[in-house]
Amino acid sequence: MSVNSQQALFEYALRLGDNALILGHRLSEWTANGPILEEDIALTNIALDLVGQSRMLLSYAGEIEGKGRTEDDLAYYRQSAEFRNALLTETDNGDFAQTIARQLFYSVFADQLLQGLQKSTDATFAGYAAKAIKENAYHLRHAAEWTLRLGDGTDESKRRMQEGVDKLWMFTGDLFATTEADMQLVSAGIVPDVSTFREAWLKRVSDVLTEATLTVPESNWFQSGSRNGIHTEALSYLLGEMQSLARAYPGANW
Amino acid sequence: MENTVQLEEQFNAKLDKGEFIEPKDWMPEKYRKTLIRQISQHAHSEIIGMQPEGNWITRAPSLRRKAVLLAKVQDEAGHGLYLYSAAETMGISRDELLDQLHTGKAKYSSIFNYQTLTWADMGAVGWLVDGAAIINQVMLQRTSYGPYSRAMVRICKEESFHQRQGYEIMCALAAGTPEQKAMAQDALNRWWWPTLMMFGPKDSESKNSTDSIRWKIKRETNDELRQKFIDRTVAQAEHLGLVIPDPELKWNEERGHYDSGEINWEEFWNVVEGRGPCNHIRLKVRVAAHENGAWVREAANAYAAKKAKREAGSLVA
Ligand SMILES: [Fe+2]
Ligand SMILES: [Fe+2]
Repeated sequence: MSVNSQQALFEYALRLGDNALILGHRLSEWTANGPILEEDIALTNIALDLVGQSRMLLSYAGEIEGKGRTEDDLAYYRQSAEFRNALLTETDNGDFAQTIARQLFYSVFADQLLQGLQKSTDATFAGYAAKAIKENAYHLRHAAEWTLRLGDGTDESKRRMQEGVDKLWMFTGDLFATTEADMQLVSAGIVPDVSTFREAWLKRVSDVLTEATLTVPESNWFQSGSRNGIHTEALSYLLGEMQSLARAYPGANW
Repeated sequence: MENTVQLEEQFNAKLDKGEFIEPKDWMPEKYRKTLIRQISQHAHSEIIGMQPEGNWITRAPSLRRKAVLLAKVQDEAGHGLYLYSAAETMGISRDELLDQLHTGKAKYSSIFNYQTLTWADMGAVGWLVDGAAIINQVMLQRTSYGPYSRAMVRICKEESFHQRQGYEIMCALAAGTPEQKAMAQDALNRWWWPTLMMFGPKDSESKNSTDSIRWKIKRETNDELRQKFIDRTVAQAEHLGLVIPDPELKWNEERGHYDSGEINWEEFWNVVEGRGPCNHIRLKVRVAAHENGAWVREAANAYAAKKAKREAGSLVA
């Protein structure tokens, strides 16, 4: 592997691992705060799947990099600008509707991505995708079902669900951001070209929103930047909390 | 009247034979009341108990610990569900039970009114609090009410993992840097006595205990269970190289048990009566989650009703 493609693969593994870690972390904030006990269990379950995925991916990123960094070194000792997660994953939970909107947007994208990754020429990515696609199918079903319930529930739930969709819409474009380095991986058959996913993503998301009697936002203005480490303000707070204990005792084993 | 006497005889005969009482069986009103109180308190404890540990999920110092703690707290929510279902077999709804919790009418285990101040508290809670809960729950697997017993069998399978993960956290801290070891000792200092209080008042002072034993809801007394816990925990603390904060703790050859110092019962009763460090915050968080979730539950009901109506409509058509 050339130095360039090694760097590209490292960045991509970080992207995947950070998406799972940051979204999993956000969902874990719901623990003990859910609207109903069944949802405490469901959201914690999804968080657990994602944190599990992040461990596998960040360990792999460390291996690719070859500098001896572990999953924990990568999770706890990088600055926000070094994180590669999509902007959508770091957005705050908002109310339950906003959390569901985020999960719907992300899980549809993840389903597309994982289908492509299953065919990866990279055995670790393919193995990861085979496992994660099953987990994600549940996350997607959970989010789609709640979108229907909230969209087609009461006036209040409809208003909240629509607000969640509208508020997060501008962060969805960043999911499909593709770098030049990614295109090398695409040519080598290691990753799918996510920039081609947009239309199908829009179709699937629109179908769910329409069935839920919600309006698909029309705006074509999207925030971007995560691939270059430019995040929203929310990420530094999240990391401040997540990394605080590990950083207070550098070198300690837990 | 005659009839009740007969029914009570049958009920007692069942207990004597060691058979389970099932939801459809006749039971004395006081048995039913005692069980509803006990099972719902137990269920409430599971869900309030998510808070002190939930506190540290977002700050867990490694991804492995984060995943394990998430899994553990998720289990506790599941235990809450099993137990609410068991209570519902006695003809009371989860909504009613939650209402009793939220209005302060129902109690939950006082242990969750203590703070989790450091990461080591995740170790101490798993090791000691889940450890104490296991002793109680293992006994309750043989409780006389069938649905409660079966819920306990499921719960006990998961509890040993809870205790193990807590003890593992303590092992890592005890073998860690001097700061980590001090953190572990501090957590043991703060959690030891409140954990002993989990078994309830002394047998000589416990008003509910005698009925519960007679009805085989409980099989062992508070003091017996507490002794069992102390006896099995001392060696674990020694293995960790930590000191249990009780200068009177001493092996008694004659009794074949450890002797221990007196529990601060004044503290116990004050916390039970609402004057523990976290009584207010635990209830506030719980009520807030419930109230903030009201519109979600309403939406789910409204959607289900619409869907049922549509399906009924399409049947007619
Ligand atoms: Fe439990
Ligand atoms: Fe437990």
